[in-house]
Amino acid sequence: MPKRTDLKKILIVGSGPIIIGQACEFDYSGTQACKSLREEGYEVVLVNSNPATIMTDPNMADRIYIEPITVEVLEKIIERERPDACLPTMGGQTGLNVAVEAFEKGVFDKYNVELIGAKYEAIKKAENRKLFKEAMQKIGMDLPRSGFAYSVEEALALADEIGYPVIVRPSYTLGGSGSGVCYHREELEKTSRLGLDYSLAHEVLIEESILGWKEFELEVMRDAKNNFVVICSIENLDPMGVHTGDSITVAPQQTLTDKEYQRMRDAARACITEIGVETGGSNVQFAVNPENGRMVIIEMNPRVSRSSALASKATGFPIAKFAAKLAVGMTLDEIPNDITKYTPASFEPSIDYCVVKIPRFAFEKFEGVNDHLTSQMKSVGETMAIGRTFKEALQKGLRGLEIKRTGFGADGQDRFGGEQIATREAYLVWREGIQKDAAGHELIRSEIATPSPRRLFYLKYAMMAGLSLDEIYQLSKVDPWFLVQMQQIVQMENELIQAGIDLHQVSSDLLRRAKQYGFSDQQIAFLIHSSEAKVRARRLELGIRPVYKLVDTCAGEFKAYTPYFYSTYDEEDEAMPSDRKKVMILGGGPNRIGQGIEFDYCCVQASFALKELGYETIMVNSNPETVSTDYDTSDKLYFEPLTKEDVLNIFECEKAIGVIVQLGGQTPLNLSEALEASGVPIVGTTVDAIDAAEDRERFKALLDKINLKQPRSEIAFSIEESFEKVKAVGYPVLIRPSYVLGGRAMEIVYDDSQFHKYIGHAIEASGENPVLIDKFLEEAIEIDVDLIGDGETFVVGGILEHIEEAGIHSGDAAMALPPFSLSQKMIQALTDTTKRIARELNIVGLMNVQYAIKNNEIYCLEVNPRASRTVPFVSKAIGIPMAKLAAEVMLGHKLKELGFSKEIVPPYCVIKESVFPFVKFPGVDIILSPEMKSTGEVMGIARDFGTAYYKSQQASYSQIPLSGKVFMSVKDNDKSKSIGIAKRLVELGYSLVATAGTAKYLKEKGIESEVVKKIVDGRPNVTDKIRNKEIKLIINTPTGKGPKLDEAKIRSLAVSFGISCVTTLNAAKATIQGIEACREKGFSVQTIQEYHAEIQAQTGAKAHAG
Amino acid sequence: MKAYLALEDGLVFEGEGFGAVGETAGEVVFNTSLIGYQEILTDPSYKGQLVTMTYPHIGNYGINQADEESAKPHVSGFIIKELSPIVSNWRSEKTLDVYLKEHRIVGIQGIDTRKLVKHLRDAGAKKGIISTQAGDPKKLVQKAKDSEDIVGVDMVKRVTCAKPYEFKESIPAEFDWPIGNRLKICNEKSQGKRLSVVCIDGGIKFNILRKLNQHGFQVKVVPASTSAQDILAAKPDGIFLSNGPGDPEAVPYLIETVRQLIGQKPIFGICLGHQILGLALGAKSFKLKFGHRGGNHPVMDLKTKRIEITSQNHGFAIDEKTLPEGEVEATHINLNDKTLEGLKHKKHPVFSVQYHPENSPGPHDSDYLFYRFRAMVEKGTWS
Repeated sequence: MPKRTDLKKILIVGSGPIIIGQACEFDYSGTQACKSLREEGYEVVLVNSNPATIMTDPNMADRIYIEPITVEVLEKIIERERPDACLPTMGGQTGLNVAVEAFEKGVFDKYNVELIGAKYEAIKKAENRKLFKEAMQKIGMDLPRSGFAYSVEEALALADEIGYPVIVRPSYTLGGSGSGVCYHREELEKTSRLGLDYSLAHEVLIEESILGWKEFELEVMRDAKNNFVVICSIENLDPMGVHTGDSITVAPQQTLTDKEYQRMRDAARACITEIGVETGGSNVQFAVNPENGRMVIIEMNPRVSRSSALASKATGFPIAKFAAKLAVGMTLDEIPNDITKYTPASFEPSIDYCVVKIPRFAFEKFEGVNDHLTSQMKSVGETMAIGRTFKEALQKGLRGLEIKRTGFGADGQDRFGGEQIATREAYLVWREGIQKDAAGHELIRSEIATPSPRRLFYLKYAMMAGLSLDEIYQLSKVDPWFLVQMQQIVQMENELIQAGIDLHQVSSDLLRRAKQYGFSDQQIAFLIHSSEAKVRARRLELGIRPVYKLVDTCAGEFKAYTPYFYSTYDEEDEAMPSDRKKVMILGGGPNRIGQGIEFDYCCVQASFALKELGYETIMVNSNPETVSTDYDTSDKLYFEPLTKEDVLNIFECEKAIGVIVQLGGQTPLNLSEALEASGVPIVGTTVDAIDAAEDRERFKALLDKINLKQPRSEIAFSIEESFEKVKAVGYPVLIRPSYVLGGRAMEIVYDDSQFHKYIGHAIEASGENPVLIDKFLEEAIEIDVDLIGDGETFVVGGILEHIEEAGIHSGDAAMALPPFSLSQKMIQALTDTTKRIARELNIVGLMNVQYAIKNNEIYCLEVNPRASRTVPFVSKAIGIPMAKLAAEVMLGHKLKELGFSKEIVPPYCVIKESVFPFVKFPGVDIILSPEMKSTGEVMGIARDFGTAYYKSQQASYSQIPLSGKVFMSVKDNDKSKSIGIAKRLVELGYSLVATAGTAKYLKEKGIESEVVKKIVDGRPNVTDKIRNKEIKLIINTPTGKGPKLDEAKIRSLAVSFGISCVTTLNAAKATIQGIEACREKGFSVQTIQEYHAEIQAQTGAKAHAG
Repeated sequence: MKAYLALEDGLVFEGEGFGAVGETAGEVVFNTSLIGYQEILTDPSYKGQLVTMTYPHIGNYGINQADEESAKPHVSGFIIKELSPIVSNWRSEKTLDVYLKEHRIVGIQGIDTRKLVKHLRDAGAKKGIISTQAGDPKKLVQKAKDSEDIVGVDMVKRVTCAKPYEFKESIPAEFDWPIGNRLKICNEKSQGKRLSVVCIDGGIKFNILRKLNQHGFQVKVVPASTSAQDILAAKPDGIFLSNGPGDPEAVPYLIETVRQLIGQKPIFGICLGHQILGLALGAKSFKLKFGHRGGNHPVMDLKTKRIEITSQNHGFAIDEKTLPEGEVEATHINLNDKTLEGLKHKKHPVFSVQYHPENSPGPHDSDYLFYRFRAMVEKGTWS
């Protein structure tokens, strides 16, 4: 059926900030949907609160609202835009949830908006576990035994019936929040209580445990004519019990026969038909009992998902793009397959390679968190690798994971029981010793029986220790097929070790086979006691180099037109490098805390810009969630790990005229020196300038030269030396390891006891590098400045003032643009200073500088000669595509010719707020510190600061209450300063709740408050009031931190119960401004294009279309 | 054990032998199914062919009796990227390697199968030879050139049954969807009454027979050389023309038999059966460049405009343009290359499809054709 002509304007709902369980994959799908619908001539209206997305770039949709994704906002937008339809299936769970809520509140009915993609009833049926179960039983589907509970008591009773262990799954949540496996009553009590609370429907499913079963997923599509295709099958290496987002997954499935697989396909078809997803993509998850083949359905998502993004990247079939077309009535046979051009999209991709996805975790960021993997998702990102075999893909995936591993062990990074095995000698000794080490065997048994990020490596240790495959299987339930593949890698390792330590004695055949098994040059070097460079040289001498094969959706059956490649050590090379002028852009790899979608945004912008300028763009990245790894984004896509070896191989094949390293975050930047040394032309700011900003001594000299202050800073290598240096600098000090990402193990230390507590972590995290000890400027104002330069002209894109005082990682701080408390003179001084630094470093591209201002004095904290996390935010705020311009200047264009040579100060206020994963880590202290913990960001934009701040809080799921009880508890230093806040709250009609000490203090100042018991004082105490949701807002400035403290428990509990918790006085002040601005009249919404038009009206600046 | 694959046009691959030791020639073709290697090996339509699997990991789930499509493997040789060192599946009975050894099928692994596939795609299907015997690859190329050409050769006589037999097996209930349900519906519909069908065996797959059985037929299989007279003498309610290997034009006796049967009894043909029917109706066949072999080909039912994802295995096809006008109509086309996938006679209850509605391996989308056949046989006419 051709597309519908009764629809003209379609509203797409984005997924909001990056959180655990909802990451860039929805930027990828949303961007595809926008492009796809506009291609068909529809007017697209988009709402998404996340400024770091490609989809919110002004030219991606006709009208873009960077506003909170709430029903309230949705209604405002609908009222203003009057769309004909709303497509809610591209924005993850957020999109679906808000659509369901809006539907139930009658918003769509009121304005006559049709839900397309998935109807309300279908969403309900799929998302509500009870309705889902009924629907599946109706069509004869087997399910795990289960029942619904609406109270803890009901949950316990059900579990007694089903038998432990049971799984708790709350209805309507994000990424499985609040679900978990319970082995006994106590655990169930705790988990079901939490689960009931997470569930929008206050409902949990108590389910028969099918732990250890094989887990599969099918990515399917269905159109209005009931045509149905399976795009990809996925088999999880981690059996049932680990959330699929936290599992290592493999595509296609490996261990089902055709009979078993086709039965699953039939079941998936029956499922999507019964649920009623008429137009679009869904994923259906199954479990199969490995003993007898019993197949049960686990769940289905009536929308695009993380897995559908993975499936799209794994097969080359763009699910979201086509799902959008199906939503407007087109059928699969009417859509051509982009890759083959002449065959239609109504087919099932066949692949001739193996794909492995490995999750990336960030447990080290959260003190006191258990790193065991459960049915609740905890990973923050993922990497995908493609190889001709599973072995090759697994090893590539591990080196793409950015955890310092260069493959499946034997890389000097193996850790057994915490002990690092750094050298070949130590490895050989360990290998020998572990055979007869009973305690070691016990450790192995426990590590492989319990899923964790370490388990994969312990499976290997188990093989090396001589445990039988059967025992390893019985303990881990990892399918024997995967285990044997791993064992083959171990055997190859043995062969390499036996080959001796003379590189030239290692046969060409063995080297080639090792490469075919995915071994990196570094691993080979480790095993034969050589160096990466020597192995590489020898390999090239022997003619052992990778070839690049196409991802073509059809296993070679048809000619493919879309150049999407992976490397392998096989015969025929299909890369066919052109003789055009080419630029290689290195992406950022897997998302992690400190490096996420912001950098993908920059890389994609660069690719778009350079394509426009006539360059052939070549993207290298390994993150399947991203827009950069959409084969549509660049002229060529290499889906490869971002390591020196892999990047050099591509470079040698393509011979690009330049490589861009400054847009993908720290990952490519870290490669710049090695790449340049190998003759790769790095474009933009020179490697030497990067070094000048990163090397302590050179940086100091640079600042001295331009007369810029820096907090006093020292380095030390030992605890003793650190202590001396700390005394010399004087408390408070900021202690941090060097060369780490996102402020890892960074601490502000106020006294000796804190020093002794933290110094160990810092020394450990530093490894061989020194620990940095800086004077901490207490209560300073912190500033981030983003600049672009072309070597001649330097323009400040934005000056961002942190809302919280100094000491909070800039990735976690809330920020305002333009600054809200600085004088014009100070702003000018910051602008001039930043330009001086840029001139000194001869910046060609982007630069970010962090400053602290104390007593009107500017201190430079850090200079990053690369794209920063705030570039997309600034670009959206000022209406100038900074990353795009950066790419252009890197290739020799000048800012003047590009029309951006003057600073822009927007006539409105823009707030960036960070979003944290604390809700996934119950019990963790939510206090912000110099160590970054946020996973994503949102933007609040309005006429005034208060409204913008209010919007930013709403968008970051931390709704500011407009009335009710406020619990106040501040540290002694803050007490006097908190009085104004307390008074104002009372004036605004809030009632205060405080513990005895604070209440007494408030009373002295003439402020009434209700006294509540501390946790230690018995019950009912403050936690009861939180649980009962009596308290609507918490203002708590910490006296200390750590999960064991009472105050930390309160903060953590607040997060679990969705109560806004403010932990700094500055944020409290901003909160009050927000309340003042929005309490009476609420707020209005406006498109980003309208905001940008205001800037153009103001400056007469040349319009930049994104 | 070193092994070579040599093509008649000079392309040579060096790999490792598995399965049986020896030398084997055939037409080199590829199949893009990710799974289903056992069904492919035992499909008689692959007689005389060296089959390449495009998916690299083969052998993962082993071999089991229930998944056989005929009594033994028929491929001349098997070409893969990597043989699984173990099998992992609760139904597995033996490894692929052991199975091929038992049936003396030579295999080669470790070659760049994608390079081979792209070559076949561009150059067309080629004769080739797999050899595990050390020797001069150039000589192998010559041997490949000298090997038998599939065009014009009656391959059917090499795979058809020696004498008639009854087939009683059905689809195992556990693999029907919803489990066991379809069979129940069929039995209810036909009220237990079985209609008889004679299947002319050009190299029939068991799953066709299982499907016919499941759809309420009493199934009798006869050799391809059985005369129309003898077939009609058995008084069947319907006639089925099976799949099979090779060039349809090389089986003139079968074409003639079918010509005599048209109008006598309801007829359903699959694959070779479709081509034979087409030829019997006066259409022409031609050899496809590299054939259709896989489980993902989109076929459109021209009447409903619905799309089926189909299982395919054919190197020849009926030319749609040559269908006798007014008498025969095209019912299905392949959306990839627009070739004819199905036809029906306008007057007589006769229809056929080029693809494999019995699947095995492949999706179950086209099962409705068996319902259609059953309904047609019940009525004895189209309407």
